[in-house]
Amino acid sequence: MEYRLETRDITKRFGGLVAVDRVSMGVRPGEALALLGDNGAGKSTLIKMVSGVYRPDGGEIVIEGKAARIESPMDALALGIETIYQDLALAENLDVGANIFLGRERMKRRLGVLRVLDDASMAAEAKKVLDRLDIHIPSLRSTIRTLSGGQRQAVAISRSIYWDAKVLIMDEPTAALGIAEQRKVLNLVRTLKDQGLGIILISHQMYDVFEVADRLVVMRRGVKVGERLVKETTPDEVVGLIVGSETVGASRPAGENRAS
Amino acid sequence: MHHAPAGGFALSWEGIRTWLGGRWILAFLLLETVYFCATAQGFASPNSAQMLLFYGVEVFLLAIAELFVIITGGIDLSVGYVLGFASIIATKVISGLADAGTPPLAAVVLGAAVTLLLGLIPGLVNGWLVAYLGVPPFIATFSMLGICHGVSELLIGGIYAMGLPRLAADIGSGRLLYLAPGGVYSFFVRPEVERGTAVVELVPLMVVLAAVVIGILAFVLARMRFGRHVYAIGGNRDAALRAGIPVRRRLLQVYALSSVLASLAGLVYALKYVSGKADAGASSLLDSIAAVMIGGASMFGGSGTVGRTLVGCLVIGVLDLGLRMSGTPTFDKYILVGAILVCAVVVERYIEGNGK
Amino acid sequence: MNAAQAGARAARAPDRSLESGGKGFFASGLGRSLAKNWAACFLLVMVVVFSLTGKNFLSIVNFQNVIHLQTLPLLLAAAETFVIITGGIDLSIGFVAGLASVVAAKLMQVFVATGIPVGWVILLGTAGSLALSLLPGLLNGVVITRFKVPPFIATLGMWGIANGVALKLCQGFPVAGLPDALPRIGNGYLLYVLPGRFVSFFDKPASFPDARIRELWRLVPYSFPFVLAVLGTLAFVLRYGRFGRHTYAIGGSMDAAIRAGIDVDRHLVGIYVLSAALAGLAGVFNVFQTGIGNYTTFSSMYELFAIAAVVIGGASLSGGKGRIFGSVVGVLVLAFMENGLAISGVEPFYRYIAVGVLLVIAVVIDKLFPDLF
Repeated sequence: MEYRLETRDITKRFGGLVAVDRVSMGVRPGEALALLGDNGAGKSTLIKMVSGVYRPDGGEIVIEGKAARIESPMDALALGIETIYQDLALAENLDVGANIFLGRERMKRRLGVLRVLDDASMAAEAKKVLDRLDIHIPSLRSTIRTLSGGQRQAVAISRSIYWDAKVLIMDEPTAALGIAEQRKVLNLVRTLKDQGLGIILISHQMYDVFEVADRLVVMRRGVKVGERLVKETTPDEVVGLIVGSETVGASRPAGENRAS
Repeated sequence: MHHAPAGGFALSWEGIRTWLGGRWILAFLLLETVYFCATAQGFASPNSAQMLLFYGVEVFLLAIAELFVIITGGIDLSVGYVLGFASIIATKVISGLADAGTPPLAAVVLGAAVTLLLGLIPGLVNGWLVAYLGVPPFIATFSMLGICHGVSELLIGGIYAMGLPRLAADIGSGRLLYLAPGGVYSFFVRPEVERGTAVVELVPLMVVLAAVVIGILAFVLARMRFGRHVYAIGGNRDAALRAGIPVRRRLLQVYALSSVLASLAGLVYALKYVSGKADAGASSLLDSIAAVMIGGASMFGGSGTVGRTLVGCLVIGVLDLGLRMSGTPTFDKYILVGAILVCAVVVERYIEGNGK
Repeated sequence: MNAAQAGARAARAPDRSLESGGKGFFASGLGRSLAKNWAACFLLVMVVVFSLTGKNFLSIVNFQNVIHLQTLPLLLAAAETFVIITGGIDLSIGFVAGLASVVAAKLMQVFVATGIPVGWVILLGTAGSLALSLLPGLLNGVVITRFKVPPFIATLGMWGIANGVALKLCQGFPVAGLPDALPRIGNGYLLYVLPGRFVSFFDKPASFPDARIRELWRLVPYSFPFVLAVLGTLAFVLRYGRFGRHTYAIGGSMDAAIRAGIDVDRHLVGIYVLSAALAGLAGVFNVFQTGIGNYTTFSSMYELFAIAAVVIGGASLSGGKGRIFGSVVGVLVLAFMENGLAISGVEPFYRYIAVGVLLVIAVVIDKLFPDLF
């Protein structure tokens, strides 16, 4: 099956520093790809290029076979690439509906002339998408500030779903959650896979990776050092790739790239 | 990530920019001074340098007060009116004591002590509000501004306080060293000479006072634990807390210090101008904050030094004096200070960005 | 702290008492309502107290007068509301208003000399000044967004620049020589009533002697509908418009706004331009009220009082909260405080003290009830 989203030899430099060095990877519809690597490996930078925050200095991004120009977050959103950041990027002082529709608010006409926020329909749509994902939030009109970490994560995810994301990028989705909520989020990821989304998961949690990811890509110092099918590898091997096999006892030679 | 080879230093554009960037404000000060020496009558003389320092004492003190507060990431809007408040207290107490028969020197000393002591109060309240109640510094100190203003006006009923003894004026306008023709010299006291003989006056006493105080504070900020703590709190308050620094107590102390310095400035004002006014310091507030910012401190806290703040003060002081001496109305000063302030911050940001 | 820790904090977060909005008494609906509207309650209590302690306080004439004179502060507070909601601050509005006032007056002065009809003089002067007052806002906005200068500094710089320019234009003196029609418009009333005799609109009957004007009931100054219209529109946009929603979003989380695709830079420039435009409007209207072009003096601190009013009205300096209605209440609290104290024979300087105390109360309440909107 063709990749839904693909990067080919993508590169990013900051001054004299090469943060991402000709990385090629891709995710297919209905698949979850885990992107792994230690701090500073370049995962976030790679993701930011895909989501339009940074512009690549080399290489290209390909969506469903066609080269894409992504010059701003809006471009990425328009192409169906939704990103859920570690800090969730939710406005605490607004309610669920407002957050889901942020930047793309629904308006209605009052008195024929004035264009006014259609809060009621936004709230209704919010409820629909939350229901679809089987998420329960007691009071939709209170502000995000009153929600728990897992609920906020759910709202962030719902926001992406609502806008028909084709590719969902999740940056450390379970990092700050309790056990019960972590399971809920992982279940959500499975649901999303079933619905045909391509998911890129950045995570340090081996458990998550081995629970929901189908493939994984490891980066180290800006370079892709390994790509594996999850069911054909082990946490030890993965850790070895992340830190560099010289330091961890691994059964495979360092830096070997295996095609998926 | 692998690094590209670093470019050559010295004569490269990057190199010059980096070196200059940190010192651009000094360069600006130099340019300014040269400009005014050339265009303003009488600017290039030792007397004007003394005038500069003499008139600038209050701003110097307020700027240092603001510096401490700004390093912690806060701001103190009340210093102007604390100055006014202190000038009134000083005038009233000293003149009251003198009138009641106390010898002038004792009156001045006691008055000064009372002023400084009372001057602690606004700072303690500010500090308590900010550190223990979590009130944003802007609000807390703005409130104190109003309160000081109100209390000051109440104390003097709308005019200004007067009546200081001769000694006060002598101290306020006195100099450290007087030189008269014929090898006559005298410390502190102006020598008796014939009318019309030129007496060289060196180093106003108030400047000496300010220099000593500021010198001590510079040392505290740079070398003593208190100073380290102040920087730490401004850099990362949480980290400071976890490192065991008594953050709340330090903040309280910083605001109290600010207020005492402002009171000292008020005392100086009273001695210099032999009067006390509620809004004596109102116009100095902008100058003092601008001086700190121009001197390179960050609005968000964690940086800034006494030396650079003083440079900032000089930039504004030279501007002020120069404009006055070349006959330009002071309207231009506001425009220029405003513009310089913004430019200073832009340059700071630019340098910071490039330094990464 | 990094994002993961922030998330962790969020996960442990909600103190259940916050969901109902408070502890103890304040958990109840009544308690919450009271705390949320404490400024309005305070205003009410103050009005009651002053009507008892001061003769003539509780009268239509007095109330109308007070509110009429608050036109400038009300417009400035509205301007500041938008800026503060985004988490910024605009220290320059006081002097921008003064600048607008001086510019309008100067323009009118010039036009009067050319002999064109009075109506055109006023129109051109007003339009010219309003157009010009957009400039400081634009500069503020660009310096803040493009050059990343903190709003405090940028607007502080503009504070100085606007002051200097205004002073230069008028050389320190109020600008006079303006058409007489101005104060008539600025201080006119909608209704003139002589009880039992007649009711007249827009002006007293021509046959009625000027000297006896005190006998008339003058109701509803022109400034009322003016301010109502302006503030009403602003409040509507803030609450129901996309611009308003984005303003709150930026204040709540600039990151969220950026990532949602909102052009935050452009929006912020718009906010500061709006702020300056409102300040300009205030300055121009001031010319109508006073009949001269009056630069604002150094220690007037109009901007600080506007900020105080907005905070008392429930906004938070860190952004994300605030309403036009709240700011209006804040302005009225300060205004009636001064008025009531003056009428009751108390030294007006207590006003400054009162403002200080009120501000602190406002902030403490904001801390206790962060979820109140």
